[in-house]
Amino acid sequence: MKHELKLYCDTTRLSELRNFLGDILEDTSLTEVDQHQVILAVEEVCANLIIHSHDCNPKECIDLTVKKSADLMIFEIRDFGQGFNILEYQEPDISFVMKSKRKGGLGIILVKRIMDKIEFETKANINICRLFKILKSK
Amino acid sequence: MMLQIEKNIENEHSVLSLIGEIDASNSVELDEVILDMVQGGVRNLLVDCSQLEYISSAGLGVFMSYLEEFQEKEIKLVIFGLKEKVFQVFNILGLDQLIKIKSTKKDALEEVL
Repeated sequence: MKHELKLYCDTTRLSELRNFLGDILEDTSLTEVDQHQVILAVEEVCANLIIHSHDCNPKECIDLTVKKSADLMIFEIRDFGQGFNILEYQEPDISFVMKSKRKGGLGIILVKRIMDKIEFETKANINICRLFKILKSK
Repeated sequence: MMLQIEKNIENEHSVLSLIGEIDASNSVELDEVILDMVQGGVRNLLVDCSQLEYISSAGLGVFMSYLEEFQEKEIKLVIFGLKEKVFQVFNILGLDQLIKIKSTKKDALEEVL
């Protein structure tokens, strides 16, 4: 099954994203804790794009497609921004985040620890980030 | 309202109650409240998260950004009442090793008094 959401680049839209994902995840075998984490991971990638690639311009948008099969979920996030390759990003050490007092850097660590696989590619100016979550049978 | 923040100054400590969801759109509100409390000379800060449904890295980053200052100024921070799903997010990042997290307000009070 496939679900799609056009997300405008405004952080106040993130709650809409969470509701969209919550409805889809509700019907899966994931526990409440796991569903919560998957929502968080997808939001972290989207928030990152909204803020850093699109400067919170509400006229721009990113496209999210969720594909669900019996044992796998794929979250595909497409955008036309400057591109952010999550795989190349060297996430900071937690102690560095603390010392530097910067309020970022934690999101990508969360995504990498929550998702089972991450892919990134740029094709004809479109950046595609795919997040994979394996569904375990109940 | 997506996020509601309540501030209660009690005898020896202040309780900050976070109600709702914290994400990149409103984490600045949490930042402002904590900054205000630090400037007001708070010594013991208890954060009631029993009604916190969601926190993303933007909100976690706010707590992280104060940890050193709290250490320097000897301000005690204790978070209590986290729902399991929210606690697990702290856990993934290992923040439960950096921030004192307690189950109940009673346990949190014992930590600061």
